[in-house]
Amino acid sequence: MSKSTLDDAVAPVERHPWLAWWRQRPNLIRIISVTAFLLWWEYVGRGMNPLFMSYPTAIFKAGWAMTASGELPAALVASMVPFSIGLVLSIVGGIALGILLGQFWLLEYMLDPFLNALYVIPRVALIPLIVLWAGLELTGKVVIVTLVAIFPVIVNTYSGIKDVRGSLMEIGKAYGATEFQNFTKIILPAAVPYIMAGVRLSVGLAIIGIIVAEFFTAMTGLGGIIVVYANNFATAKLFVPIIVIGVLGIALSQIVAAIERNLSRWRVSERDRF
Amino acid sequence: MLKIDRVSKSFNVRPTGKKSAPAPGRMTVLDDINFEVGEGEFVSLLGASGCGKTTLLRIVAGLIRPDLGDVSLADSRIEAPRKDMCMVFQNFGLLPWRSVMDNVAFPLELDGVSRPEREEVAGHYIGIVGLKGFERHYPHELSGGMQQRVGIARALTRKPLVLLMDEPFGALDAQTREALQDDFMQIWKELKTTIVFVTHAIDEAIVLSDRIVVFSARPGRVERIMPSVVAQDRLARDVRARPDFALQVHEIRSLLRQQGNAA
Repeated sequence: MSKSTLDDAVAPVERHPWLAWWRQRPNLIRIISVTAFLLWWEYVGRGMNPLFMSYPTAIFKAGWAMTASGELPAALVASMVPFSIGLVLSIVGGIALGILLGQFWLLEYMLDPFLNALYVIPRVALIPLIVLWAGLELTGKVVIVTLVAIFPVIVNTYSGIKDVRGSLMEIGKAYGATEFQNFTKIILPAAVPYIMAGVRLSVGLAIIGIIVAEFFTAMTGLGGIIVVYANNFATAKLFVPIIVIGVLGIALSQIVAAIERNLSRWRVSERDRF
Repeated sequence: MLKIDRVSKSFNVRPTGKKSAPAPGRMTVLDDINFEVGEGEFVSLLGASGCGKTTLLRIVAGLIRPDLGDVSLADSRIEAPRKDMCMVFQNFGLLPWRSVMDNVAFPLELDGVSRPEREEVAGHYIGIVGLKGFERHYPHELSGGMQQRVGIARALTRKPLVLLMDEPFGALDAQTREALQDDFMQIWKELKTTIVFVTHAIDEAIVLSDRIVVFSARPGRVERIMPSVVAQDRLARDVRARPDFALQVHEIRSLLRQQGNAA
């Protein structure tokens, strides 16, 4: 069944032809909406005290200057290094821990009190301790990012493995799969959509993690710039790293969503079936 | 060749609070089952739901152990799933993330057969079940009937001595079911594998099998073993319209109804 016939069947019939015309063009509506917001912001922002509020053209100028001086690229790189290491540790470590907890009951019962305790304590509360143990530099930042971002990967991998349907397991059993084959050929592929959902959440949390880390440890990177310019009331410059973080977040989650769609295609289309 | 010898099985029933559930305690699902299946024979296990026929098939497959008795294939006792006995599942049992080719090649992949070799064998059986051209499709892109053809092709790749089929056409609509029954008989005519076939459809049992084992329910017992009256002709033509076919359907139906009244 093709997707379009399905949409046609579900989409309600619009009473007015002009409404139907707009309904077909969601991107046009998005562009108009954002442009209108920027114009309104420009107009209102210019009338406000520049200590408290800035406006789009001023922010763009500030961003251009900060890029030309090399300040913004340097900050971006400074943030991306601990961010990437922490994210990779979260994904690899989270999947490994989730698999271990899901496969071995002894480990599960031994470790889940600690994981639950860590999960309910806001990780921000641990930052002074982490700084004490791991320092203000790269190691400390990586530990903060990992602690913030690893949990959804662990939890989702674990539940993905625990939720594998009995009927799928029976296929392996009936055809004489070994324990290892059962794991690699049935349990793990069945858990992939869950794991990818965990990774998507983890990326968002890792971005929060790196900015918080830069606020509370050595002030470097994008988080560092935010603190410095906020303290100096350089509001236009303050907006630049915020916008860069936003763009970065959107780009990363789009990439992960694309990978997720690709790996979970069989599941998405199972959901679309009647 | 396949011998079911004094097999009994009971399960613990825990109280569920539901009124329709059986009383808590020990429930006997199979009580002293004895019969043999000859080489190349097609035997159906027929009975109402809850008569233990699927449990018996799972015991034959080595998926569960009987409390008493033995199942043996060519004089060796079955204690775990064997590679020369392959299963076709009621709900097709396909792996949804694998293409038709990779689903059919799955048993050979478990056996460590190299990719080109197993794809050649799998491709051959995909052709036999009439799915040539669908090798790269995924299960969700196929109809129920086509999915079960994949399930049958997969079970054939190991060239099993015995094919175990658990209500394989039960989840299909009437027309698809008849088409698949006819096609399956043509496949069986070529391969002549021994088949143990679980069903609750009387006409299906008569059309397909050499012999029919009729079960009574709760506890599951062998009520009667009878040959199909159309067994000689079933491969040659459609026998569903024959008067003796209708008579046997009627005979089995009254047999099953008697138990219903007794229970």
